[in-house]
Amino acid sequence: MYTRIYFLRYPKETSDDPVIYHLVKQYDVEFNILKADIRPQRDGIMILELKGNRENVREALGYLKGLGVKVERLATRIRRDESRCFQCGACTGICPVGALHIRRPEMEVLFDPEKCTGCGLCVTGCPVRAMEVSIDRLLKEEPAVAQGA
Amino acid sequence: MSEHQVNKTYAEINARIKAGEAVVVTAEEMVDIVRREGPVGAAKKVDVVTTGTFSTMCSSGAFFNFGQTTPTIKAARVWINKVPAYAGLAAIDIYLGATEPAEDDPLNKVYPGEFRYGGGHIIEDLVAGKKVFLEAKAYATDCYANTKCKKELTLADMPHALLCNPRNGYQNYNCAVNLSDRTVYTYMGMLKPGCRNANYCSAGELSPLLNDPLYRTIGVGTRIFLGGGVGYVTWHGTQHNPGVPRGDNGVPRRPAGTMMVQGDLKQMSADWLRGVSIQGYGCSLAVGLGVPIPILNEEMARFTGVSDAEIFTQVVDYGHDYTNGIQRNYGEVSYAQLKSGMIEVAGKKVPTAPLSSVVKAREIAEILRHWILDRGFQLTEPVANFPTVDFSFDVAE
Ligand code: SF4
Ligand code: SF4
Repeated sequence: MYTRIYFLRYPKETSDDPVIYHLVKQYDVEFNILKADIRPQRDGIMILELKGNRENVREALGYLKGLGVKVERLATRIRRDESRCFQCGACTGICPVGALHIRRPEMEVLFDPEKCTGCGLCVTGCPVRAMEVSIDRLLKEEPAVAQGA
Repeated sequence: MSEHQVNKTYAEINARIKAGEAVVVTAEEMVDIVRREGPVGAAKKVDVVTTGTFSTMCSSGAFFNFGQTTPTIKAARVWINKVPAYAGLAAIDIYLGATEPAEDDPLNKVYPGEFRYGGGHIIEDLVAGKKVFLEAKAYATDCYANTKCKKELTLADMPHALLCNPRNGYQNYNCAVNLSDRTVYTYMGMLKPGCRNANYCSAGELSPLLNDPLYRTIGVGTRIFLGGGVGYVTWHGTQHNPGVPRGDNGVPRRPAGTMMVQGDLKQMSADWLRGVSIQGYGCSLAVGLGVPIPILNEEMARFTGVSDAEIFTQVVDYGHDYTNGIQRNYGEVSYAQLKSGMIEVAGKKVPTAPLSSVVKAREIAEILRHWILDRGFQLTEPVANFPTVDFSFDVAE
């Protein structure tokens, strides 16, 4: 599954349209709205996670751009909340690149951010949600959104 | 059964704990001690072996008495943070199960479901000191006139809160693979098609019941570490099944014994009780559990000296067999092999991942050791034993 996170800026005219509905219906992509601030008759912004096959995600983005929505890929970073992680190791069977791995013989579960590709599989795979997606750029440049304005 | 060369009583061990003379080691350390000194030497030297395990344990939950309202209420249906609790007990007594999802949870409608919040999470939130929202509905009676109530409350506001887990601490568990051609999301985690990964869930040589395989010392009344506080074993757990194939060391090679445990929730900690969300399966509770095992004789030394290389489990297919109730396995593997990160199933190398935390299991065994050494935590002799099977090392040899 292909997962990417995008920062969308809607022009006034589209903010009333059921854009997301069309996205799911026509392009067979799953979505997750991470943040949204869309008010009628005003510019809107949304942080949207799209999941689906690569081709569908590409076409869905084309559709958005056709509506005048500005779409930007967000660099995401995965971090581990050390206080939540209880070192079970479940994620080591999920992580495709070995960024989450076990040190033997201690059986300590280590996270190597350098190896992480940001695929996000561990986020829902971790039973205590210790793996979090953080969106760096956004926190710096759009403080209003980051605070859920 | 033969006479033992070393014979200690619970009273003698407790007296040594009181006097600050007891020798207490963890189950991991005991492996080397028994190897070095033999069972008799180890039994002479060591008084208590501490064990631990920390992982998701379904069949957990808590009883609450949430306090009366004015006018009084006999709650018939109760929700805490939208998670239904069972109210058919008495006026304001309820039981909240760890795997109960929030009523508006989409479950597996968007597959695999996330199961973000359920009974286990409420238990964690409560011990973390957070406020929860309780809603109750009732029919009116002459003695209980109220028909509904809504209130915010914390654990401290509850007159009574008891963690009560009907089945915890499974003695051994299956190693799960998936031989079907699609990914499956199970309580044993995500399993890739075509047997491309294997998950297992036991602390192995640190696990309580694997160190007392015939339940000689763990029984009704055993005082334990539970959720960061003190708890008790109160019965054998549901599905307790001693009659499975065992090794020469008495250790079961299949899921076997279980414990029912309980303790005052108010003295427990969110570090050792964690709400969990298992993708595609549901919510539950991760429970920290530790049991002290008295070394009454050389037989107990031998039991507690068991190492990962001497504990075996079966490989089970969760892609087809498990769901269809087919009793079949794809060979046996030891915990030493499982912990190495790679096992062999039908001639094919398969990477493994644990679901049970060895790091935290070790930490619990350490904490329990310190409770005994520094706080005078006393051992209890069971008032009744679990159902078991006949076993003696002499016969096996
Ligand atoms: S699955 Fe989550 S809790 Fe378990 S080791 Fe990985 S990050 Fe930690
Ligand atoms: S985001 Fe993907 S690559 Fe990074 S740690 Fe999680 S599973 Fe591994």
